[in-house]
Amino acid sequence: MLKVQNLSGGYDGKPIVKSVSFEVKKGEILGILGPNGSGKSTLLKLISGILKPTTGQVEIDGLLSTAYSAKAFARKVAVLPQLHAHAFSHSVWETVALGRYPHQSGLFSSWSAEDERAVRAAMESSGITHYENQPIELLSGGEQQRVFVAQAIAQEAPILLLDEPTNHLDIAHQQQLLNMIQKEACEKDLTVISIFHDINLAALYCDRLLLMNNGEVEQIGKPQEVIQEQAIEFVYEANVKMQAHPARPKPQITLMSPEMNSKEKSIVTKQDFTISNQQVVLQTHIPLKTLSSAVHNAGIGWYKTFINRHVDQHYNASDVPSEMANYLKEHSFSLSETVGMMTAALTENVEIETYEASFGSVVIAVTAGLGNAVDVSEVYKRNDDFTIGTVNTWIIINGYLQEEAFIQAVVTATEAKTKAFQVENVKDPITDTIATGTSTDSILIAATQKGESLPYAGPITPLGKRIAEGVYECTIRAIRTYKKNRGEMT
Amino acid sequence: MNKSSVAYIVSAATLVVAVWLGVSIGTVKIPIQTLWDGTDQKLTNILWKIRMPRVVLAGLVGASLAIAGAAFQGLLKNPLADPYTLGVSSGASVGAVMTLFFSISIPFLGSFTLPVFSMIGAALTMFLVLGFARLVDRAMRMETIILTGIIFGAFLGSVLSLMIALTGEELRQVIGWLLGSVSMRGWSYTMMILPFVCIGSMLLWLNRRELNAMLFGEERAIHLGVNVKQRKFMILIGGSILTGSAVAVSGTIGFVGLVVPHMTRLMWGADHRHLLTLSFMNGASLLIICDLVARTIISPSELPVGVITAFIGAPVFAYIFYRQRRRGAM
Repeated sequence: MLKVQNLSGGYDGKPIVKSVSFEVKKGEILGILGPNGSGKSTLLKLISGILKPTTGQVEIDGLLSTAYSAKAFARKVAVLPQLHAHAFSHSVWETVALGRYPHQSGLFSSWSAEDERAVRAAMESSGITHYENQPIELLSGGEQQRVFVAQAIAQEAPILLLDEPTNHLDIAHQQQLLNMIQKEACEKDLTVISIFHDINLAALYCDRLLLMNNGEVEQIGKPQEVIQEQAIEFVYEANVKMQAHPARPKPQITLMSPEMNSKEKSIVTKQDFTISNQQVVLQTHIPLKTLSSAVHNAGIGWYKTFINRHVDQHYNASDVPSEMANYLKEHSFSLSETVGMMTAALTENVEIETYEASFGSVVIAVTAGLGNAVDVSEVYKRNDDFTIGTVNTWIIINGYLQEEAFIQAVVTATEAKTKAFQVENVKDPITDTIATGTSTDSILIAATQKGESLPYAGPITPLGKRIAEGVYECTIRAIRTYKKNRGEMT
Repeated sequence: MNKSSVAYIVSAATLVVAVWLGVSIGTVKIPIQTLWDGTDQKLTNILWKIRMPRVVLAGLVGASLAIAGAAFQGLLKNPLADPYTLGVSSGASVGAVMTLFFSISIPFLGSFTLPVFSMIGAALTMFLVLGFARLVDRAMRMETIILTGIIFGAFLGSVLSLMIALTGEELRQVIGWLLGSVSMRGWSYTMMILPFVCIGSMLLWLNRRELNAMLFGEERAIHLGVNVKQRKFMILIGGSILTGSAVAVSGTIGFVGLVVPHMTRLMWGADHRHLLTLSFMNGASLLIICDLVARTIISPSELPVGVITAFIGAPVFAYIFYRQRRRGAM
């Protein structure tokens, strides 16, 4: 469809784009990325014919771009410009209608039914039909940009070039605009080449990305090939971290800000816990990076308040998360900073212990009851309803955990818990076999993310050893306390 | 009925009324039936030999300046541009006065020598002004272009003064002419510029859609498929022809090219497919009315019509400038 070969050019004889070559297939969306001054806009101007290349050529549908007349070129390639102010005001309809210019010919060329249809359809798909008579200067930036998209669509060119289409737009308008362009491109099989300022947007919407640096192609390929921490850090000279998009198979990057030496106390100790017969509360001075299976704010996040709340064994709410949120609100906890769990065990019997380690320390807190003890290997024989779990394990780490360490911490803690059940001979009351846990046990791993970086938490690593030891000990103690209270201890 | 039909009907009606007021009002009042009833020889003579040529000439001059102004403003995306503020009128004057000063007469051109030299003066000035403005400021900001126009206008004005000072009596009448007037010209002047007005207006009108595209900037126009270089040249030449022919018969009449397109745009929108034609008609109406005021307000003496247009135009210029800067500041 479009083939760029060895293209170089710039302003006043100063080369800005240096021998760039790439190819775009029909129906493909290619994003151009690069830091300011890397030649993105210049490259687009060379392709769209605003600038004359010093070397190289652009081929469109097998023909050199220079072989097309101005109008014929505009029938092949439509360009969406960056937003800017205008001296005089056209109405929305007049602006969109200009997109038909390359399709009109002759001295007195008049407006054809085909022109009218194209303009109507373009306004329709851009959602601007209802203000067709308004002057564009009265529209907001997002609406104006939609008008120019409609103009480009009305041009009915198979290739669309975009120069930072979402510049100056808020996120809602960015999303609207890019969704619209993506839909158009998909429905009409358009080839789109777009400059992006925002790496994440580019990764999200483009089939392929071209990363430019100093006027040359640094990388070209699928988003996951181009968006690599090292490449982005090198080209943009920025400190970033890469992660997966939560819902799409696309990479996303996040800026890292330098860590300030906080005056807040950053070590979590046993003294930060408050225990009552209603709840166990851990209040930290700095937010902890948390991975949990809690009721409120489960998953990964940064939180400062952690609650393990006692509920009756027969607790039954139709909407557990909102009941939990109400409870937190009533007790004046911040909904956004708090992780909330429930347990049927008695919270005043929580076992909390600190374990010192070379990298810092680990604080373990376990609440346990055995009412719903379960043997996972025999659960297929059971068909009882959801019941509130009782063993809630919290592992608070004064250290810096990498993501894999969070996961291994969960595994290690679970193994330690199961071993404790085995040693204490806890039985599944229904199958009468040794239980491995209770029906809905929860776990929470939280780390201060300060100090030495800990990549692993397997059982024989320094961190894993402390977790294994701590969870095992605390769980056994909690089970014994539970049994003592029930008079089962012999 | 859509908005543009209304615009054409209103503008045409205004023009008819303006023409009639222009021919009927004066020291001798001419009743409407004189148009077809030629029995009163004296009235018929005044109507057809004195008033009508003057009104038609005023109309052509006003129309030329207005359509040229509209095109310049669109092309340069500059609401303050018009033949006068760009210095193009001064260039045309120098061309015209040089023709008289050196008694140039090119056999082949005959009576068209004056307007042709005037047009050449206009075109040369135009390219000099725009070239210089681009040299100073690649972005060709509004103020840069207007300042350049003023610099060239002032320089050319002094050239004119020098030429007049160096000549004898007969050129002193040129001073009155330079202030801008359409009085006592007769049909010969009308015939002299009519073909140029047609050619120039046609050149601009053929670029009405291109002008619309160029309002969004030259790059945008290229993206839309406009052959910008060629079209720009056509528009500049068209504008020069119109300015040159207007100046050749009436001297420098300022601000018509500024006020009329601005008012027309305010009322009927910025679409050049209509703006050019409507400005043409409204420019004719405005100058006919201004000329009427100029010759009746201190009757029996006459004011140069340029005085009236400047009287209206300068405040409008100030207003547009104010509004643009305010908008820019926001």
